[in-house]
Order: sequence, then structure tokens, then C-alpha cells
Amino acid sequence: MEEGVVTPATWPRDEPLAGRLLFLDPQSGEIQDLRMRELPRLLCSGDVLVVNDAATLPASLQATTSTGEHVEVRLAGRGPNGGEWTAALLGRGDWRTRTEERSAPPRLTASDLLHLGGDLTATVRRAWSVSPRLVDLTFDREGDALWQALYRHGRPVQYSHLKGPLALWHVQTVYGARPWAVESPSAGLPLNWELLGALRREGVALASLTHAAGLSSIGDSIVDALLPLPERFEIPETTVDAVERARREGGRVIAVGTSVVRALEGSAGAHGGRIRAEAAVTDLRINAQYSLRIVDGLLTGLHEPGSSHFSLLTAFAPEEALLAATRHAEATGYLGHEFGDAMLIVGETRTARGIIPQPELAARRTSREDVDGLGRLLEGSQRRREPDVPAEPLRSSARSMGCGQCRGGGNLRHPKPDWRSGRARGIPRPIAV
Amino acid sequence: MKIRGTGTLITGGSRGLGAALAKELARRGARVVVVARGADELDAVVGEIRDVGGQAHGLAADVGDKQAIYSIAGAAADLVGPIDLLVHNASSLGPTPLPLLLDTACEDLEAVLAVNLIGPFRLTKAVAGSMALRGRGLVLHITSDAGAVAYPRWGAYGISKAALDHLGRIWAEELQDTGVRFLTIDPGEMDTAMHAAAMPDADRSVLARPARVAARIAGIIASADAIASGSRIEASSWRKAS
Repeated sequence: MEEGVVTPATWPRDEPLAGRLLFLDPQSGEIQDLRMRELPRLLCSGDVLVVNDAATLPASLQATTSTGEHVEVRLAGRGPNGGEWTAALLGRGDWRTRTEERSAPPRLTASDLLHLGGDLTATVRRAWSVSPRLVDLTFDREGDALWQALYRHGRPVQYSHLKGPLALWHVQTVYGARPWAVESPSAGLPLNWELLGALRREGVALASLTHAAGLSSIGDSIVDALLPLPERFEIPETTVDAVERARREGGRVIAVGTSVVRALEGSAGAHGGRIRAEAAVTDLRINAQYSLRIVDGLLTGLHEPGSSHFSLLTAFAPEEALLAATRHAEATGYLGHEFGDAMLIVGETRTARGIIPQPELAARRTSREDVDGLGRLLEGSQRRREPDVPAEPLRSSARSMGCGQCRGGGNLRHPKPDWRSGRARGIPRPIAV
Repeated sequence: MKIRGTGTLITGGSRGLGAALAKELARRGARVVVVARGADELDAVVGEIRDVGGQAHGLAADVGDKQAIYSIAGAAADLVGPIDLLVHNASSLGPTPLPLLLDTACEDLEAVLAVNLIGPFRLTKAVAGSMALRGRGLVLHITSDAGAVAYPRWGAYGISKAALDHLGRIWAEELQDTGVRFLTIDPGEMDTAMHAAAMPDADRSVLARPARVAARIAGIIASADAIASGSRIEASSWRKAS
């Protein structure tokens, strides 16, 4: 086996919180072996976790051409006006064959018709000049009729490392809404509401955007070098507020998945370094030379060196540290790919790194009273704030005092509600207020 | 909650109360997706709404079929934007004439539970997560007094509605403070095909018209922010708090 390539997970995990979590500190190169359920230990009150709430559509369609040739159509994304789709073509066969070993698809040109199951058809509008395996097409229907047909005849896009055919529910996150993703935004798959609730109770804000995550590979070197293709995204106002609040107050912006990094950095790149509430398309490619403007940390899967996803990670940590982490993951049996284990790459808070001056109250003596007061505040934040406690400075002081990740201070300042008890009362509001 | 512009998903919307509610909410400006098994009736309801300038889409699907759940949730979210109002109205009575429980086939009970209880559970699971993330949403369970009173021969249906009522209360409890709210509404006896199937000898002239009940339920939805999440409300006795 190639060095640094972790064994792929072959099926979705039944118990998401039991998944492994590799923590990498990009500054020190320190590695920790943890479980997903320990994620709250690594994040701090004031951080914001940004997820991609795109649901995953069944983007693989078995088709025949007018001359009876078989072709698999994998939808790669929908054009900005919604009517036209880009698709990748694969030859006869299905996911059970490695994409690299699939036969070449028939060569299609403009106005060719594809029969996609039932009476659903699509017309090729153009083949891409860079590769005839990429085409733009339009379906014979739209709106509710198109969605019904796509869901009836489509299957989730999947690859040969899996041991069986996926159902639609295997590729959904617990918060997915609009079906914009053609492959699941898989970094979010290990998150369940138990864990999201625990993070909220820790004071970590949750925010979302929608990003049309595209295909990761079709096994053709020319097309794969183009991936990811330009992808559309939408950032709501509430997320802009949550991100700006975190940055202003010294919290960290943690992206769940590379698609979130692309959306946030893509928006910032288009607007002089600040994100906007917008619906747009990004063709941003992120690598070691890219200087991150918005995102401080990344929760992601384990990616193979050489892949475009791995290249994106080099914006977060030095390549040597990433390779060392990958070697460690391989040696200690971490699982890779979409249903595999997770990795969190994040450094100290912006306050701790000196990017944000510590608020006045951070210098307060960390007396027992302060700690208890903060404990009450964090607990109280689930229902109401204590009116006599200055909330924001105290939250900031929590970071400077440390919460395991911020300053190695353990969990003392983050009273752990008993989220294992099954009492789900009092999950705070989605966006910390 | 504000109805105008709200992404709304209604199951069992091709006839009876569901169709009336789809029309009423669309009339008040909701962007409506209607789910029902029968495509023809569904198309008729969607057509009626569009003819008067409302926004509606139809998805022919069976909420009792687990394969249908993510396609309903996904398609609806794309068609009208993230769903902020989910109305579980689809309901199965089971075999008619209504049998005694001792004569009820276990498979018939399972089939009723699949539509009236498990389906709503699955669909809420697929929709309410995104509501919680966005910090807002309303889920409505349409129930029946057969869920509260032990009427002979209404066994399978009554059991399913009693469980649905409790499902709403537990959802409400667990999602407290997320901004996602749950209400259970008993519409009362109405002049519908389901009522005729259950009680063919009933005097229809004394039964409520679905359109009138739908208008009342729309009023409850509009006032939902002021009603405790998890409440069970009888539409006939509901009065807007002044």
C-alpha cells in the first residue's frame, strides 16, 4: 500500500460518535487520538462551527443513448439559472468497478438524447472542449416533475471501496435541507444532534451555508485535474453575523468540510476579505500558497496526499505535519474516505495567538468566583443570561483562561452538562446570542 | 408565525382537510408543496392553487414508504426553499368497515402505523434538523379525538393518533429552545371521504366543512409563536388570544 494512504471505510458507521478523531495542532504539529464525542473538548466558547447544509441528491443515473449504448451519467452540478446541468460521463458499468477501470463512455455531442429511466430524457447541449466526458445537458422537464424523476431513477454517487449499494439516507447529514450536493458533504456525517447539542452547551455557535459539493473523482486524469469544478453556494445573513462575531471576539471559525472552506474563502475573496450574505459561484482553488482570510480550522476526513482535498489542507498546516499525521493515521488504523474517521486541524484561538487583543476582563483574576460565575453563565445561556453578568467579556476571559484547547487548562471552565443522560432539554439557540 | 413566503410541506394534500389547508395557506402567501399518493388528484389541487395565483408544487409519494422520505424532503426544500412549516396531515384509517381489534390483522395495524406514525417521524427527522440549524420551524400533527377517547372499532387509527400526540410532545420537549415548535391539532369531525368511509351512515349536514376548519388551522399557525410548543389544540374551540 502506498505510504500515507489510510484504509477506506467500506460502510457508514452505525454509531457516529464512536468514530475516531485525529487532532492536529498546525503550529506545534502535535497529534492527539480522540473520539468524535470528544470534539467539544477541542473547541471553545465563542468559536463558530460552520456546516454545509446541502442535502445530497441521487446524482448517478444509468442511461442509454439513442443508438442503445450504455452510459452512466453523474450529475456534477446545476448551472446558475437552474435549467442546465453539468454531468460527467462514465462507460458501461456501475460503482462496483473502480472508476479508473471503467470503459470510456460513448462520445456525445450537442443535441444527443439520453434516456435516463422511465420516460425521463435529457438533451446534450454541448460537450466540454477540454474533455468529451464532461457535458452540459438539459432535462425534458423541470420543477416538481424533474425532482420526482431524479429521485425515482437516480442513485447516490458512490465508489468501489464500498461493500454495497447506498441508500439515500446513508448520504445525508442530520441537518441537510436543499439537495444541492452531488456527493455528500461527508465531513458532517459524523455529527449528530447529541454532539451538536453538547457543542452548543459549551458556547460554540453553529452556523450554516449551502454549498453544491461536486464530484470528487471520475477516474479520468484530465477531468480529475479540473475538479472541483466551479460550485454554487449561498451564505445567509445569520452566518455572516455569527462568523463576524466570532472573529471580532477572538473565537475561531471552524469549517466542517472543504466545501465550507471554499464557500467562505470564495466569498471573502470576492469582497476584499469579508464574507457577504449572497448566492454566488466560486472557482477558488486552495493550496499551500493560499492565505486563509476567514477560516481558522477545519473538521474533515482523512485525505490522500496528492488529492485536491489534501492540497486544500496545506493551507491549514504545513505539508510535513499533514504527512506525519497521515502516516500516524495509517499506522494506527484510522479509516479514510467519506464514511471514515475525522481530523480536526486547528490552532489556538485568535486571542491566544495575539491576533485579537485580549479584552480588558481577560486580565481579571481567575478566582473561584469567576469560574463559578462563568459556569452559571454558560448554563444560563441555554435559557437566559444572568442580567448582572457582563456576558461578552466573561466569554472572552474563558478563552484566555483556557478550555483544554485554548490554553491547556482542562475542562474546568467549561462545566460539562450531562449530555449522556439523554436529557435533551435546553439545547441553546443555533446562533449564540 | 408569518405564513406569507413560508416554505410549507403538507402531506395528504390531495383531498379533504389537506387539500383545503394547502389552498388556504397558499391563499395567504405560503409557498406550498403538497404530497399525496394519487398524482391526478394532486395535480388538480396544485392546478387550482396556481390558477388563482398561488405557489404550489405536487409530489406523488406515500409517506408510509421509507424510500420516499428523503426524496420528499429534498425535492420540497429545493422547490420552495428550506421548509419552515411541515404539516403531517396524511392519515390512513385501515380497513373499512372498521373492525374490532380482535379481528384486526396485525399487518393492517402495521400499515396504519406506517402512515400515521412512522411516516411523520421519518419526515420530521429529515426536515427538523435543518429547522433547528436555522433556528426556526413549525411542525403540525393533525390528530383526532379517536387518539384521546377509546372508541370501539377505531383501534388501529386511534392507537396511531394517540402515539402521534405523544410523539409531538416528546419532539417539543427535546427541541425546546431550538426555535423548532410542535403543535398537535384535532380538527374535529369533518365532511370528508375518510369520515364517510368510517361512518357511512353519519348525517353529513352536521359535519364541518374542511375549508372552514382549514381557515381556523391557518389562524392557529399564524398565532403559533404564542402557543406553547407541544400543545394539543382542538380547532373547534380555539380562539385567538386578544
